[in-house]
Amino acid sequence: MSATTQSPTASDSRTPSKAARLLGDRRLPVAVTALLFLLMYLGGLTRYQFYGFAEPQVFLNLFIDNGYLLVAAVGVTFVILSGGIDLSVGSMIGFTTMFTAWLVERQGLPLLVVVPMALAVGALGGFLMGYVIHNFEIQPFIVTLAGLFLFRGLCLVISKESISIGDSSVSSMATAQVSLGMGFLSIGAIVSLVVLAVAFYVLHYTRFGRRVYAIGGNEQSAMLMGLPQGGTKIAVYTVSGFCSALAGLLFTLYIQSGDPLHATGMELDAIAAVVIGGTLLTGGSGYVLGTLFGVLVLGLIKSIIQFEGTLSSWWTKIATGVLLCAFILVQRFMTTRQKT
Amino acid sequence: MAEPRPVLEMTGIVKEFPGVRALSDVDFRLFPGEIHALMGENGAGKSTLIKVLTGVYSLDGGTITLDGRSVRIASPLQAQQAGISTVYQEVNLCPNLSVAENIFIGREPTRLGRIQWKQLRRRAAELVDRLGLDIDVSAPLSSYPLAVQQLVAIVRSLGTGDGEGPGTKVLVLDEPTSSLDRDEVLQLFALMRRLKDEGVAILFVSHFLDQIYEVCDRMTVLRNGTLVGEHMVRDLDQVGLVQLMLGKAMGQLDELHEHQLRSDVGETLLRADGLGRTGGIAPFDLEIKKGEVIGLAGLLGSGRTELARLLFGADQPDAGKVSIGGKQVSMSAPNDAIGAGVAFCSENRKSEGLVPDLTVRENIILALQASRGWTRPIPVSQRDELVAKYIKALDIRPANPEARVGQLSGGNQQKVLLARWLITQPKLLILDEPTRGIDIGAKAEIQKLVVSLSEDGMSVLYIAAELEEVLRLSHTIGVLRDRRLVAQIANGPEITTSRILETIASGEHQ
Amino acid sequence: MTTPSTTSSRWRALTRHHLFWPVAVLVLLLLVNVPFTPDFFSIKMADGHLYGSLVSIVLFGSPLILVAVGMTLVIATGGIDLSVGAVVAITGALACSYISDQSDQSALSGVLLAMGLGLLAAVVCGLWNGFLVARMGIQPIIATLIIMVAGRGVAQLITDGQIITINSSPYKLIGGGYWLTLPFSIFVVAAVVAVTVVLTRRTALGLLVEAVGGNAEASRLVGIRSRRIKIMVYMFCALCAGIAGLMISSNTSAADGNNAGLWIELDAILAVVIGGTSLLGGRFSVGGTVIGALVIQTLTTTIYTIGVPTQTNLVFKAAVVIAVCLMQSPKFRAKVFGARFGAKGSTTPAAAPADTAATEAAPKMEVS
Repeated sequence: MSATTQSPTASDSRTPSKAARLLGDRRLPVAVTALLFLLMYLGGLTRYQFYGFAEPQVFLNLFIDNGYLLVAAVGVTFVILSGGIDLSVGSMIGFTTMFTAWLVERQGLPLLVVVPMALAVGALGGFLMGYVIHNFEIQPFIVTLAGLFLFRGLCLVISKESISIGDSSVSSMATAQVSLGMGFLSIGAIVSLVVLAVAFYVLHYTRFGRRVYAIGGNEQSAMLMGLPQGGTKIAVYTVSGFCSALAGLLFTLYIQSGDPLHATGMELDAIAAVVIGGTLLTGGSGYVLGTLFGVLVLGLIKSIIQFEGTLSSWWTKIATGVLLCAFILVQRFMTTRQKT
Repeated sequence: MAEPRPVLEMTGIVKEFPGVRALSDVDFRLFPGEIHALMGENGAGKSTLIKVLTGVYSLDGGTITLDGRSVRIASPLQAQQAGISTVYQEVNLCPNLSVAENIFIGREPTRLGRIQWKQLRRRAAELVDRLGLDIDVSAPLSSYPLAVQQLVAIVRSLGTGDGEGPGTKVLVLDEPTSSLDRDEVLQLFALMRRLKDEGVAILFVSHFLDQIYEVCDRMTVLRNGTLVGEHMVRDLDQVGLVQLMLGKAMGQLDELHEHQLRSDVGETLLRADGLGRTGGIAPFDLEIKKGEVIGLAGLLGSGRTELARLLFGADQPDAGKVSIGGKQVSMSAPNDAIGAGVAFCSENRKSEGLVPDLTVRENIILALQASRGWTRPIPVSQRDELVAKYIKALDIRPANPEARVGQLSGGNQQKVLLARWLITQPKLLILDEPTRGIDIGAKAEIQKLVVSLSEDGMSVLYIAAELEEVLRLSHTIGVLRDRRLVAQIANGPEITTSRILETIASGEHQ
Repeated sequence: MTTPSTTSSRWRALTRHHLFWPVAVLVLLLLVNVPFTPDFFSIKMADGHLYGSLVSIVLFGSPLILVAVGMTLVIATGGIDLSVGAVVAITGALACSYISDQSDQSALSGVLLAMGLGLLAAVVCGLWNGFLVARMGIQPIIATLIIMVAGRGVAQLITDGQIITINSSPYKLIGGGYWLTLPFSIFVVAAVVAVTVVLTRRTALGLLVEAVGGNAEASRLVGIRSRRIKIMVYMFCALCAGIAGLMISSNTSAADGNNAGLWIELDAILAVVIGGTSLLGGRFSVGGTVIGALVIQTLTTTIYTIGVPTQTNLVFKAAVVIAVCLMQSPKFRAKVFGARFGAKGSTTPAAAPADTAATEAAPKMEVS
């Protein structure tokens, strides 16, 4: 019964060509990143096959070594999807490591009390930033910049020196291994994967998640469509604050100390992972699954550089920058093509 | 046959803004199953009436009756809940989401907080199907052209049909066709007719006369905030409609206009051959002579501004060529036109003309400075002299070059814009509605200025909503209709406003 | 309220001057130091050099002033440059590694070449940023993020991950030397600021930059070649950052790819905002930015002298950022002052600078 009232030319313009649809598919960037990861992994396999690169544990270590980054990047994904940005991530992680180490070591509080406290502080910090961004219409860039200063400063207020954690429950948790047959994962890696799954569910199966996409796509429209865009925005920063705090806890577990300079500049890694994962920096388009691949790509760069032996650690930054540039340019071409 | 009861009746509507009575005692009614056009020129009160109806403005007097019951509409949301849906020219949807989601967002079917995607898509597909549209609801909205997005906006506004709210009784379509091509307009009309058959009352606003005559049953004409009349479309021909809109009857107001214009226009300055832009204006030929004033006449949205922007390179033409002073100009950017001696005062003073934060002086010298480049500043003494000269010549008030332009009145802002371009001594000055929204005194001054500029040998392309204004000033009158330059008439004693009116209405000049 | 009206109107005119609040904050901050360091304003002469807190504030604030001045122009066009910190690192690394390769590190020609090399690299970075912003149409935050991420890696690549220390007396002059009893870097800063002011106010560059930032579409229709101007401004900003990079590495006689210029972009943006230039672009004030940078440096010094642990520096900075931004937000002012303006006239230093904006932006308040 469809198309009965339309002229044939009219219905032509309705159905975009197959190629156009493939190029316009929002999952394409994720696929590209996944492919990139696969190629890099295969490249690593052929090049370092006699150095143990093929061990499944090498692959699993990507999750163990980057679990905290994944959690932070998932939080940033929410913010970027909504069209905002969060620069406070690294500081929040650093602060959480200090806060946790200080409470556990210096105040002797049990981990069971410290963990909810740290998470609550992170969420509250995010909430406050979101509140200011929404209610006073100040650019997220500036507000989260203030957050960056504040939490790094609070780190230093707690202590200038690093605090190592000797608590037995922490070290036993940190060294705990969950066997998967072919290898093992750490608790941190498991938590990060759970966070990823929850984020995926929230973004794709709840009204809140869809609102995040809607305000990222067109905030004005979202408002005119009657969506509570203010609450959504605040919630997004709260989520990011919570994720940063959780990432901070995982980082503490991973490194077993608190240090005022921990995770300096990690907000850039998180943002880079999100962008490389195919999320548009202008908001409204992207997937947390892409963020996973973004984190894995960054992690794999680090592993390959380790395996290479002769390459130094700064190549990680350069490679990250080059990838970032490539993805930003690709995004640019994709969005201009869609507009015309 | 007895008339059915109107679904919507607005009686004695009054809306006042500080200093302006935007609507005075306007009656308007809408019957179920009709498409009703709301007609009027700039400032007639069309958009005010629509905003009162959709709850954007509160009304200062009069009553609104919906389905026989008196209603108060205090917000867009209330209007929506009462069954009045609106779709605007700009599509207010999220292009990054799928069609189905755009229809349902904010009211997605959920179970235990989990969105039921299958159900959502199925119901969206049903809705789209029922309206006879061939749209894949799972595709992202941005993969469809604007026209389809428009249709999706209508589908969304109609509601989900699951008993939430009373369902749409009145659908307001505010200039939905402005940027659609012919096929797309046909799709929209097909949907409108289908909804009409289902008993929805549609209020349709469009600047295209042909579209009104193609799809509408009845029309209401407003002028200067008052009701001029309600007519069946078949009872009123286009000439009659244009007369009603502009408030001129044939033969009336045809007093002889004085020709103070210089009669000896010089050689050709600008020639446009087949110049056009898809979605803007159909290809046209135009010749402007030295010292000639060309007036553009046509209704709002007829393509006047679009034509002017092409001649300035503000929009890039996709057909045709322009030559100025015998040399072809590429017109890919305003710079090309400016270099050839063309100046353009946009009708949107605030967004496209002034830099409100800068001073009067800085705004005045901006164009000249831009053409000199940043390395060659205008010497201070020369600059101050020029600025003082034009502030005086155009009587800009306050006569303080340090004043911020954002704080000036509309008329003075317009004069600042004029001064900005006059300083560059252009060969062709394009003025798009220079007299809109400014007081009578300033209006007369600007018109006088145009005459004297022409006497000094400058060519002027003059756009104004008022026909008398165009007629009084122009050597040649270009008539536009439905985005087409339909006639170029040499002005003379025998040319009257009614002749122009006729041409606007019929699209032909005898 | 007994003051004659002429004085009060003169006072009003003074408070309305765009530099009034930044200067007031600076003076206030300086005065705070006096009870803790009674000889705060005294300047001593030793070894033919001038010493004193004021001199060191300018000396230590020099790199920030340079970066902030460049940033001012970028922000005035409606953009932002996050890459300046990385550019600082790259320039320092390149200059120092070149000098360290010379057999005679103090040879003037080698030092000049090294500086030229460093500044060239900086300008190339600026060209890249400008290209991405003006030609490719990428949002400035995103475009400059690329060099912000990759730049430090490049700097470390140049220094091979080491902190390169050099021993070159001519090079030491820029950031650590003295000339005519004053630190040489003060002259460098003065020269750059003077050049910037001349470049923007004696030519038409300032006007065109303000037009582009104030109304981009109107600027296009008036024939301003905004792309060129934007590219130029990003190049200039990077050049300023490059000079700051030379200065920082010269001061320590070392290039540290990892830490040189860390977070200077954020301080610079803050300095610009305190100086009264809106982040939305348009009107800018180089003088205001210089004072803004001095405010930040004085804040650091003050925290040090009044005995608050230096680590709280960042917390204070955060407070300043938040206060300045809240004061610039029309919505915040409407909420806090709207109903009872004057009832709680806030005169805290942090709150003050934006009050000029409050009077200027008054018409906008009706929006909310």
